Amino acid sequence: MTLTKRSDGRKFDELRPMEAKVGVIKRANGSAMFKIGNTQAIAAVYGPRELYPGHLQNPEKGLLRCNYNMIAFSGAGDRVKPGPSRRSREISMVTENALNSIVDLNQYSNAVVDVFIELVNTDAGTRCAGICAAAMALADAGIPMRDMICAVSVGKVEDKIVVDLNYDEDSAEKGVDFPVAITARTGKVTLLQMDGLLKKDEIKDLLRAAKKAAEQINKVQVKAIREKYEK
Amino acid sequence: MKSHLKSLIEKDMREDSRKLDEHRKIKIEYGISTSAEGSARVTIGDTIVIAGVKMSLGTPFSDTPDEGVLIVNTELLPLSSPDFESGPPNIKSIELSRVVDRGIRESGAIDVKKLCIKKGEKVWLLNVDVYPLNDAGNLFDAASIAAIAALKDTKIPVVKDDKVEYKKRGTKSLPLDGYPVECTVYMIGDKLIVDPTTEEEELVEARLTVATYGNHLCAMQKGGVKGLTPEEVEKMVDLAVKKTDELRKLLK
Amino acid sequence: MSEILVKDKDIVIPGQLLATGMDYLPASGTLRDSDKIVSSIIGIASLNGRLIKIIPLTGPYVPRRDDVVIGKVVDIGFSGWRVDIGWAYQANLSIRDATQEFVEKGSDLTQYYNYGDYIMTRITNVAGSKIIDLGMRGPGLRKLTEGRLIKIIPSKVPRVIGKQGSMITMIKENTNSRILVGQNGFVWISGVNPEDETRAIEAIKMIDQESQTDGLTESIEKFLKGEKK
Repeated sequence: MTLTKRSDGRKFDELRPMEAKVGVIKRANGSAMFKIGNTQAIAAVYGPRELYPGHLQNPEKGLLRCNYNMIAFSGAGDRVKPGPSRRSREISMVTENALNSIVDLNQYSNAVVDVFIELVNTDAGTRCAGICAAAMALADAGIPMRDMICAVSVGKVEDKIVVDLNYDEDSAEKGVDFPVAITARTGKVTLLQMDGLLKKDEIKDLLRAAKKAAEQINKVQVKAIREKYEK
Repeated sequence: MKSHLKSLIEKDMREDSRKLDEHRKIKIEYGISTSAEGSARVTIGDTIVIAGVKMSLGTPFSDTPDEGVLIVNTELLPLSSPDFESGPPNIKSIELSRVVDRGIRESGAIDVKKLCIKKGEKVWLLNVDVYPLNDAGNLFDAASIAAIAALKDTKIPVVKDDKVEYKKRGTKSLPLDGYPVECTVYMIGDKLIVDPTTEEEELVEARLTVATYGNHLCAMQKGGVKGLTPEEVEKMVDLAVKKTDELRKLLK
Repeated sequence: MSEILVKDKDIVIPGQLLATGMDYLPASGTLRDSDKIVSSIIGIASLNGRLIKIIPLTGPYVPRRDDVVIGKVVDIGFSGWRVDIGWAYQANLSIRDATQEFVEKGSDLTQYYNYGDYIMTRITNVAGSKIIDLGMRGPGLRKLTEGRLIKIIPSKVPRVIGKQGSMITMIKENTNSRILVGQNGFVWISGVNPEDETRAIEAIKMIDQESQTDGLTESIEKFLKGEKK
């Protein structure tokens, strides 16, 4: 089988239309919205603030804590039951790891920086959209960062490598979903997961496609930050 | 500093130059979600609330075999305020859910009998989920308007072979007759205000939420510790009725 | 080969490359990554000889010794007061640093500073993130009387004050208000009448939200004069 056309008419290496806005939640110390196709994430950053339970406090540096959540009416199918699931807890953790690789919390010893990510509308690529929003929100909060970061899901539909999978592609039989987070300046991979059947030598092409896509996403993030601060 | 704000209110003034019985600018946007069967975003000043309706097929309650089920739920997302914590819903969140739920349910504006597909076996379940995105005060009014606006926006999905076709947006609206709306009146000292900001909410000694529908009141909830005289209750209801009539016009 | 990649007053974002080579020196808001200097925050580039610094446009308040801040009394203990200064952890004001009077053991400390009171105070000691000591000795350090309190981005404090206090003086004079600005971004405003007070607050919020410095004084002046009846 060979894929000749994507279900939504995009080119194989084409991202869905993106939108980003920084400073969408006034009560937060930093916040941002990132939308790609019909997937929309909002992230808010609170802190540095007091961390409890106290045994989590680290006198050497601050703690970054992420919480990923899908709101009840975010999915096109059934209602999502409120509260954490195994899935959302795992995504919170890999998101935390990806963001921890770029933030510098040395000045915030014993304190916590909380990142709340809410998916308000979903059509695949939610953890990636969440990371894109969270990175802008952290910058908006003034948390020191070594780099910017964004994430994209690449993958395979039939025999073709495609970027930014939509829900149909993500759930296609024998499809490969390969979400990656990449730092903007240094090009480091800080999140990598994969579901599906893949040949070893295809990884290089997938990472190359991800890097190219990440460059485009990063431009959207930078533009959104500048739009808030260059007025 | 609190007493300074309070002394402003005693002089019939607000920190943002509004009148005591004046809301901040209200905006209602419909269809903000591509996933929900109906959705809305309500902004009141800096307060932002979103609501969405998910419809599914299920069995009716045994005591109401010929009625669909309507449930309103709100969750105070920690994303929306430094004061909200992660974890299971706390009492503040539960009260808000229940007060918004009762305002809509008790009005009877939604004809739940029309949401019955097969008596005793299959009915529509309507989940209205309401979320604040930014809590800058007065979540009660914002959540109430958002919930009813989302219901107004809802299209019943098509059912094929006993399965809901979520992908296509339906064409039929809900059996919704008019709009039940809530307004909460807040008491600070002996003054009555509507639509408090976060700072003003800290001064509130008592509040009364009143839901109105047509020319009836359909649900009420008194909050806060301070007791109210019967005259005060009447005054608060009068103000709430006046304001809900204004708010209802925004839904037209 | 060293090269500078930004101009003075450019707005930069985290991760942005500012200079390459070893001839330039990274100062606050930047970091060195082998032969590169990179911004770590959103801010305005400030070039001074070989020194590259970023003036933050956003960010939390981190307590520093000798900062004069505004704080709120949130707890009272045996030996003093706990004060919220907008940092993750409360600061400590001990009796002996609060007053020169002799305070008998077990006295009612609320007669000096009560719960909810705001004070203008100085940070006398910072030992890690959880040990922050305050003192009330120094000109202008006192309990604040009735007024409004707003919070602004701490890095905007120098702008609200202006060169030699020019901005704050202009706002005070045009609104008949008394204004105190803490390094932590807490601002206390007390006006003769509520209208003027609200106008002073709006002017301060305008400065808080503005990123660029050019023409700021003019636009605030215009706002203050334009709205005056």
